[in-house]
Amino acid sequence: MATFALVDCNNFYASCERLFQPRLRGRPVVVLSNNDGCVIARSNEAKALGVGMGAPMFKIRKLVEEHDIAVCSSNYALYGDISDRVMSVLGSSAPAHEVYSIDECFLDLDRLGVPDLTDWCRDLREHTLQWTGIPVSVGVGPTKTLSKLANRLAKKSAKAGGVLDLVQHPQWIDAALRKTPVCDVWGVGRRWTVMLEERGIHTAHDFANAPDGWVRQRMGVVGLRTVHELRGLVCHALEDQPPPKQTTCCSRTFGKAIFDKGQVHDAVMSFAERAAEKVRCSGQVAGAAQLFIRTDPFAQDAPQKSVSGSATFHRPTADTREIGATVMRIFERIWRDGYGWRKAGVLLLDLGPPGHAPVSLFDVIHVPDDGLMKAMDQINARYGRGTARLGLAQKDGEWHMRRENLSPSFTTRWGDIPSAKTG
Amino acid sequence: MFMVCSNYSLEPTPVLRLADFPLKLELPLFTAQVPAGFPSPADDHIEGKLDLNEHLVRRPAATFFVRASGESMRGAGIFDGDLLIIDRGVTPQPDDIVIAVLQGDLTVKRLKKVGGQWHLAAENNDYPTLPMGEGDCEVWGVVTHSIRRHCGR
Repeated sequence: MATFALVDCNNFYASCERLFQPRLRGRPVVVLSNNDGCVIARSNEAKALGVGMGAPMFKIRKLVEEHDIAVCSSNYALYGDISDRVMSVLGSSAPAHEVYSIDECFLDLDRLGVPDLTDWCRDLREHTLQWTGIPVSVGVGPTKTLSKLANRLAKKSAKAGGVLDLVQHPQWIDAALRKTPVCDVWGVGRRWTVMLEERGIHTAHDFANAPDGWVRQRMGVVGLRTVHELRGLVCHALEDQPPPKQTTCCSRTFGKAIFDKGQVHDAVMSFAERAAEKVRCSGQVAGAAQLFIRTDPFAQDAPQKSVSGSATFHRPTADTREIGATVMRIFERIWRDGYGWRKAGVLLLDLGPPGHAPVSLFDVIHVPDDGLMKAMDQINARYGRGTARLGLAQKDGEWHMRRENLSPSFTTRWGDIPSAKTG
Repeated sequence: MFMVCSNYSLEPTPVLRLADFPLKLELPLFTAQVPAGFPSPADDHIEGKLDLNEHLVRRPAATFFVRASGESMRGAGIFDGDLLIIDRGVTPQPDDIVIAVLQGDLTVKRLKKVGGQWHLAAENNDYPTLPMGEGDCEVWGVVTHSIRRHCGR
């Protein structure tokens, strides 16, 4: 029988923060979104205090003070590195794996051939915790959808000890389906939930027993696949090779609304630099660039505007100099005075492998490949992002993210590694 | 500030050459370069390069770097400012040097087992040996190497 596991890190961001700051253990911890806007991760203690997912910081300030909640700005350098470690441990333990998100990984355990699957999953949990310091939960099922459902219940039940195995214990599937609200089924979004609830389908069990024809008519083949997966029919296989990206984007919401052209220009140029770096990192080149800037849609009394523009490169490129110059031209074209700009982004489009576009006789190659980009990437990898730049933008503009409680990059920067007292 | 040049190579040096991140130091076994003419008689004998990662890091996913602070592990050869390599994949045994969590802090200690009871000891008589299992106290990871800089240039 097909056997899938979904391994999910428990309160991942909070667990990363605690790994190098043991003082945070046992204390409620919340992690805030970019710009310290709202809560995007909570430790169990913070959940128990009633801190909601997505709660804006200003609304929970009182709770934070009353209960001494530790508030962390999101530290993606740290979370990304720890995630890589967890995925590498999981990947080397199972015959095949698919990294599903920063903190979730599907495993294909079909050919594992162990006498006791549940025991194996418990060992995997222990092993991951010992190596990386990150606690995980494991859900096992005959389909991906059921493994995800099992994972959710494994996390909820203290009795499960972090593992729920519906393959070794198929007799539990029925109860598991009944216990799962339909909104928590993998692939069922808010719109479908409303529609299903209206028709009296409240649990995964109700949904699994809905007639095929009805599901197909209302929710198409995608919905039907979900229903089949709930019944134990495999419709989704492991995707171990993510398709190469077609676009890459670097965008940010500014710390506050910015009116000054120079400031927005600087922000946009740093996004261009970062986007170019991402494209080089994936070994691709971009065919076109797009730039957008917009005001704050929530500032209702301020004038609203959203502008964008794009341009095609003569030859696909990943060189910051060419990309920067092009984005600068777009910027000059679309800039409007008098608005409080709040967000901007640079997209690089038509990504593909280098060297595929033929050089025409009349192509002028402005920028020779002199190794500058590579040297720059190496410096930035070693000394931290933004160390070596092209002088397109100043380093500390007003547009920078608010990250007032940012923890050090414990694992990715020499200057930030944790210290341990010998006394 | 970027005058770090630690990647020796048989190739001619391009504009700027830096060690790859993280900590990738490759030392070739042969450094003779012949600009033109006779090929090196050593060419057929090159056996690859020595990678310090290979020597120091056995389990990359479980390996972390920590800076030692303070003098009370001198007895174990660990000095203030030394870089410690921690391998969480190693199961702690008596007499291992470990990073331990003690009252919410990371500390460097020697793990001891006396009469069936685990203890954390400093290599310095001014600090008491602490029995484990009381309060917030646990082993975070085993120290496998310490690296000391002898030349600040």
